[in-house]
Amino acid sequence: MHPITTVHYLALSAALLLIGTVGVLTRRNVVIILMSIELILNAVNINLIAFSHALQNVNGQIFAIFVITDAVAEAAVGLGILIALFRNKETVQADEIDLLKW
Amino acid sequence: MNFLETIWLIPLFPLLGAALMLIFGRVLDPQPVSAVAIAPGVEPIFEHGHDHSHTHDHNHTHDHDHPHTHDHSHDHGHDHHHHSPLKFLINLICPGMVLLSFIFSAGAVWQLSQQAHRVHEVVNFTWIAGLPFHMSNGQLATFQMDWGFLLDPLSSVMILVVTGIGFLIHVYSTGYMAHDNGYYRFFGYLNLFVFFMLMLVLANNYVLLFVGWEGVGLCSYLLIGFYFQKKSAGDAGKKAFIVNRVGDAGFIIGMLMLLSTLGTLKFTEVNAVLRTAAFTPEVAGIGALTVITLCMFFGATGKSAQFPLYVWLPDAMEGPTPVSALIHAATMVTAGVYMIARSSALFELTPITSTVVASIGAFTAILAASIALVQTDIKRVLAYSTVSQLGYMFLALGVGAYWVAVFHLMTHAFFKALLFLGSGSVIHAMSGQQDMRCMGGLKDKIPVTFRTMWIGSVAIAGIPGLAGFFSKDEILWQAYSSPKGATLLWAVGLATALMTAFYMWRMMYLTFYGPSRVAPEVASHVHESPVSMTGPLTVLAIGSIFAGWLGVPKLWTAFGENFRGFEHWLEPVFATAAVEAAKEGEHSASIEWTLMFTSIGIAIAGILIARYFYLVKPHIPVRICAMFPRGHRTLSNKWYLDEIYDFLFVNGLCKGGGLLLGSFDRRIVDGGVNGAGWFTRFMATLSAWWDTWVIDGAVRLGSFLVKMLSYPMCILQSGRVQGYAFFVVIGVLVFFGYYVVR
Amino acid sequence: MLTDTILFYIFALLVLGGAVLTITRNSAMHAAISLIVSLLGVAGLYLMQSAEFLFAVQIVLYVGGIMVLFLFVIMLVNLDQAAKERQFNRQWMIALIAVLAVGAQVAYFIYRGQDSFHFAAPLIAGVPAGMGNTEQIADSLFGEYLLPFEIASVLLLVAVVGSVVMAKKRI
Repeated sequence: MHPITTVHYLALSAALLLIGTVGVLTRRNVVIILMSIELILNAVNINLIAFSHALQNVNGQIFAIFVITDAVAEAAVGLGILIALFRNKETVQADEIDLLKW
Repeated sequence: MNFLETIWLIPLFPLLGAALMLIFGRVLDPQPVSAVAIAPGVEPIFEHGHDHSHTHDHNHTHDHDHPHTHDHSHDHGHDHHHHSPLKFLINLICPGMVLLSFIFSAGAVWQLSQQAHRVHEVVNFTWIAGLPFHMSNGQLATFQMDWGFLLDPLSSVMILVVTGIGFLIHVYSTGYMAHDNGYYRFFGYLNLFVFFMLMLVLANNYVLLFVGWEGVGLCSYLLIGFYFQKKSAGDAGKKAFIVNRVGDAGFIIGMLMLLSTLGTLKFTEVNAVLRTAAFTPEVAGIGALTVITLCMFFGATGKSAQFPLYVWLPDAMEGPTPVSALIHAATMVTAGVYMIARSSALFELTPITSTVVASIGAFTAILAASIALVQTDIKRVLAYSTVSQLGYMFLALGVGAYWVAVFHLMTHAFFKALLFLGSGSVIHAMSGQQDMRCMGGLKDKIPVTFRTMWIGSVAIAGIPGLAGFFSKDEILWQAYSSPKGATLLWAVGLATALMTAFYMWRMMYLTFYGPSRVAPEVASHVHESPVSMTGPLTVLAIGSIFAGWLGVPKLWTAFGENFRGFEHWLEPVFATAAVEAAKEGEHSASIEWTLMFTSIGIAIAGILIARYFYLVKPHIPVRICAMFPRGHRTLSNKWYLDEIYDFLFVNGLCKGGGLLLGSFDRRIVDGGVNGAGWFTRFMATLSAWWDTWVIDGAVRLGSFLVKMLSYPMCILQSGRVQGYAFFVVIGVLVFFGYYVVR
Repeated sequence: MLTDTILFYIFALLVLGGAVLTITRNSAMHAAISLIVSLLGVAGLYLMQSAEFLFAVQIVLYVGGIMVLFLFVIMLVNLDQAAKERQFNRQWMIALIAVLAVGAQVAYFIYRGQDSFHFAAPLIAGVPAGMGNTEQIADSLFGEYLLPFEIASVLLLVAVVGSVVMAKKRI
């Protein structure tokens, strides 16, 4: 087995990103979509940490902290929106929210 | 002072007078409108007392119907116009200006007579600057007219006559028009007339003469129509002007043809060119000169009231009597005579025209005399008499006796003005009555008028010793003996002389002699005229007696050459004088004596017949009228000439013109309007099509394009966020794809 | 060395497996649990990269905060009905293809560039040896990145206010 290099982490991060993207594009349930967005953010974090470790630099971890902060804020607001949406439309299916259709 | 150099001032004095009247007249005499219907200076007979109220119903009491004047505050004018204190200024200015002109004229003529070469020309400035043009023979000439004045014996005679008699008539008018409302207007017009007449006779070229020619026509119109509230006066003024205009057209054509033939219109130059050998008398046929002279003579018939354009003169008696005296006896109507005398060189070269002139002159003379035989209005008699005497003048011109025509012009001016003014005085005494059938027995009541008119009538009849005899006899002699004359012309002239004596003395007997047929209410007012009127009468009477002694016949050898001064004075102007003198010897003296006594006898006979018919046995004329009713009617109706003209020209023009105008209006004018409407609708349709299909089409095309182009976009816009996110991924794919292939 | 490898693959399996499960479960609750598993795997990976502070933060904040919040909301919003409906939208096929294409591209990038990720020595001047990870982060965060830190706090405030407003029954 070859040692684990930065590339492995990058590949992992890319895979996680893609899975998250598939989730965002594909699932109808808005909650699942939000969770997929969290996956994407985590993929980014993995990437950052990998480079931080490789470059022996703490900046990457600082950045990752801010990403997490961002994810927290976003999740909170997003779930608030979800609740407001559910109250109004009685549905959490993204397909059915097409009021801005032409 | 050098009067010769200032001859240009002579016309300007009366012009100044007219201008002053125009500017200040209303101030000097504040009652401009003449509301008097009948005649000035007389009380309207049918007025209900001296009613001074300014109400409208006063207008009903006018015997002559006329529409309400626009100045209702003046009804019977003369009653309550208060003489303005400044009115005497008008009396001072206007006659004064004419007097000044007379003094300058006299001075200029005196100085001229001192010269050896009696021609003096003063050119003030170039009036019409030169324009080159081609003459009829191809030469290049320049059309240039000066504002210039020529004083030679002919024009000197004219200016003395015009200003002298003009002055006397101005003085007369101060008395005659004293009670009239249009005082300042009258004098303004009169002065203006004198100005134009002086321009006419003093001009040194045909164009300036024509200016005066037209101007006197204008003033004639203004003065004939002086009582413009009367429809007949207005009509008469129009008639005068229009008939004059017809003649003027001929005059202009003749003048311009002359310019085209000779290249110049200045008298001195024209005469010089014509008397060279380049122009020979046109005996063979109708050449350019004959046409010119015929056209100019046509103009003269209009201005000097010859057949066929004399019809305006009798109607012109609608104007005030001084106007008739000045314009239609002494001056304006003589303009034609003057013009032909001035163009004597031209007429000498065209024997055909001379024959025409003489014939028409003679014909007019006898025609007018025949009408005068039966006229009842005192002024009409004198009007036809004027036409007749003018015929004599043209007869003289036609037979080549130019100086005789001018001589007769001068003597005629004296006694005709005298007769007119005298008749004015009679009318003044008769409180406006002009019908001779209502007169009679006036000789004791208005003695001065009677005596002066007696002198005038004797003069016009041609009794030896007075002015008319010398000139008329000379004309008759020339008509007989001149190479261009004919016995027929002499006979016509003699017959006319008989008629002249007859009708003049008929007038005298009816007016002054015999039992009084005057209406009672008029008879009480009969009074002699004031000195302002009788004074000029007296002066003119003296002139009528003595003016003729300047042209004593050559037969009367007892009198020296001084008594033939008139002919000698005018000799240099008329080149034919030498010719005449040469021809003189051909006729024997005995024929001349015979003819002279014949004419004297005829004149006396005429007077005696008139006496018989109207004084001794007044019923005879009535019987004659009963015997020849149709003849009498024809003469009374002036040979129905007015009616013929009316039918031919007035109605013809009106109806024909009306038809033409009507069809023009319908077809062309209305057609144009309709066409414009149709065109507008057509353009509107086009416009609408353009707007609908092109403009709107463009707009709709735009929207259509947008819709078409946006359709794909609309499809993409599903409203679903995941769809948009998908496109993000696609973008990333493309973006990466670029780096993959790079 | 070997332990690193084995641990890496275990954690990678957790991460990826959890992620796949997250996006494929019908029930939101299952998906949330799978996400928690995935996040725990991520935390483990952090630990392997000597990011101890972040490992702790991940567990406490992400799993203990965000995923708990998710679970609350899932339970608040009744998703039973949603679990019975169709789960994938109509564009799933093409989205999958697109993402796979992107994935292929990324794999290509990584393959092509794998040699450039060998870093010999620390590129930036090292940190004093005695400092631990947390100390380092604190040092950096409150020193150099103080402003972003404060801004992040403002961001959190905004998020709090926003979520309260969004969730209110009546604004």
